[in-house]
Amino acid sequence: MEKRAQFSSRWLPYVLVSPQIAVTLVFFFWPALQALYWSALLQDAFASKTQFVWFDNFEALFQDSIYLASFKVTALFSALVAAIGLAISLLLAVLADRVLRGARAYKALLVWPYAVAPAVAGVLWVFLLSPSIGVVAYMLRSIGVDWNYYVHSDQALLLVVVAAVWKQISYNFLFFLAGLQSIPASLVEAAAIDGAGPVRRFWTIVFPLLSPTTFFLLVVNVVYAFFDTFAIIDATTQGGPAQATQILVFKVYQDGVQALDLGGSAAQSVVLMLIVISLTVIQFRYVERKVQY
Amino acid sequence: MIERRPYLDVVRHAVLIAGVAIVMLPIYMAFVASTLSFEQVMRVPMQLWPGTHLLDNYAAVLAHGTTRASSAPVGRMMLNSLVMALVIAVGKISISIVSAFAIVYFRFPLRRTFFWMIFITLMLPVEVRIIPTFKVVSDLGMLDSYAGLTIPLIASATATFLFRQFFLTIPDELMEAARIDGAGPMRFFKDVVLPLSRTNIAALFVILFIYGWNQYLWPLLITTQESMYTTVIGIKRMMAGGDAATEWNLVMATAILAMLPPALVVVLMQKWFVKGLVETEK
Repeated sequence: MEKRAQFSSRWLPYVLVSPQIAVTLVFFFWPALQALYWSALLQDAFASKTQFVWFDNFEALFQDSIYLASFKVTALFSALVAAIGLAISLLLAVLADRVLRGARAYKALLVWPYAVAPAVAGVLWVFLLSPSIGVVAYMLRSIGVDWNYYVHSDQALLLVVVAAVWKQISYNFLFFLAGLQSIPASLVEAAAIDGAGPVRRFWTIVFPLLSPTTFFLLVVNVVYAFFDTFAIIDATTQGGPAQATQILVFKVYQDGVQALDLGGSAAQSVVLMLIVISLTVIQFRYVERKVQY
Repeated sequence: MIERRPYLDVVRHAVLIAGVAIVMLPIYMAFVASTLSFEQVMRVPMQLWPGTHLLDNYAAVLAHGTTRASSAPVGRMMLNSLVMALVIAVGKISISIVSAFAIVYFRFPLRRTFFWMIFITLMLPVEVRIIPTFKVVSDLGMLDSYAGLTIPLIASATATFLFRQFFLTIPDELMEAARIDGAGPMRFFKDVVLPLSRTNIAALFVILFIYGWNQYLWPLLITTQESMYTTVIGIKRMMAGGDAATEWNLVMATAILAMLPPALVVVLMQKWFVKGLVETEK
């Protein structure tokens, strides 16, 4: 789509786009190219010797059992965050959509976590679930659960999943609610007249009509779990115990910033870039299709 | 409402109230902890109603942080977070609105190239280029500075798209009329485009302010001096020393302070917030 009439100027448009393009070149493109270049280098920690090794770093990466384990943890973590987060928010949105009284109050209270930083969300849940002083941990122990996420890796994963889901509930809830409100009431009423009960109506009419929203949120939640949860992990488990919560983004950070393994970390960055690119492409193909409706 | 089933209504409200209670629980408990003394917080189980140390705790962290871990004053961190959030929000909106204006209202060579360059930044989040970006910022001497905290995050594909989509819906007649009246492009931008974009700007502001305030990885990388910490980073530094040594009453007071400004923005600008959220994702 283009404008029929446009201004003409030899220099003005360049001046207007220049700040954005400058930031893009210096802080996005140049570092991304650097990452690509470094991923093919072998360098010792003091940068005294550098050798061009083509794809050796990638080969080493995919033979590294810790890296492969991190892939598995990331997959499990994002699947759990997306599935649990979507299920809870859909349930709350469906209920909030149908209540007559208090809908606004519920909505106002449920948007709170959106304003909370992921790192703070992590700290809040650590406080509740800390084995020594946490209130929720105390309740769990009193019903016989051996709760100590410093030791049990599945509990550590559960902790970061809970914090990540909690933080994302508001976002999912608002989108589901908007999706539900755009479903024509006449369709649901027609089904009711034909004798379909609330549960049947939900699965045969509401849920299929909501599928574009659900798919969109699925992609957004996977991207969120992959990248935006770095702060949650760093503020809670730091990848432990025994790498049980070491998601890919956290490993890039640890290998690069803390262990100073430039080549290996850059190779991991490139793998992550490929993942973001494919997720973005999926998202945009879907958006294009939605526009054609 | 299609059919009246009173028992179903009761179930609905019960589930919703339970949901809201679980969602609000961490925030409530953080608030309670922020009003207790250190001894009260460490008592297991902790009490579930607020105590009397609210003012002491908040005054303590604002002035000089914790006593056992980081002693950086949270007041300074709040200022840093505020500067970061405001510069990022205003900066992203300003550079995006002018580049969208150029891309929609001018035809010039490289226009498509620029558009795609901005688009591709969507696929390069900080997380995938941590070290090289850090190196660029360090080479430019921007570590531990407001410029380093904000400028590298200021490009925005989402904001540029939102403005582009919006400009495409502005009737062409407005521009033709402006041209006939002898207005140049910048006059048209100032007197027509900018006023029409008001609601879009407000919506974006809410989203981007929260984005800027809640940044974690970037400030963690490039701030080393206590005087440059943001609030979110400060909280983590206060927890150093393990479970038993953490002064949870002070950490939770800081957590409440850290969530207050973005929460206020969401609550006060709720109308634009929902609009902004839904539109930026289109």
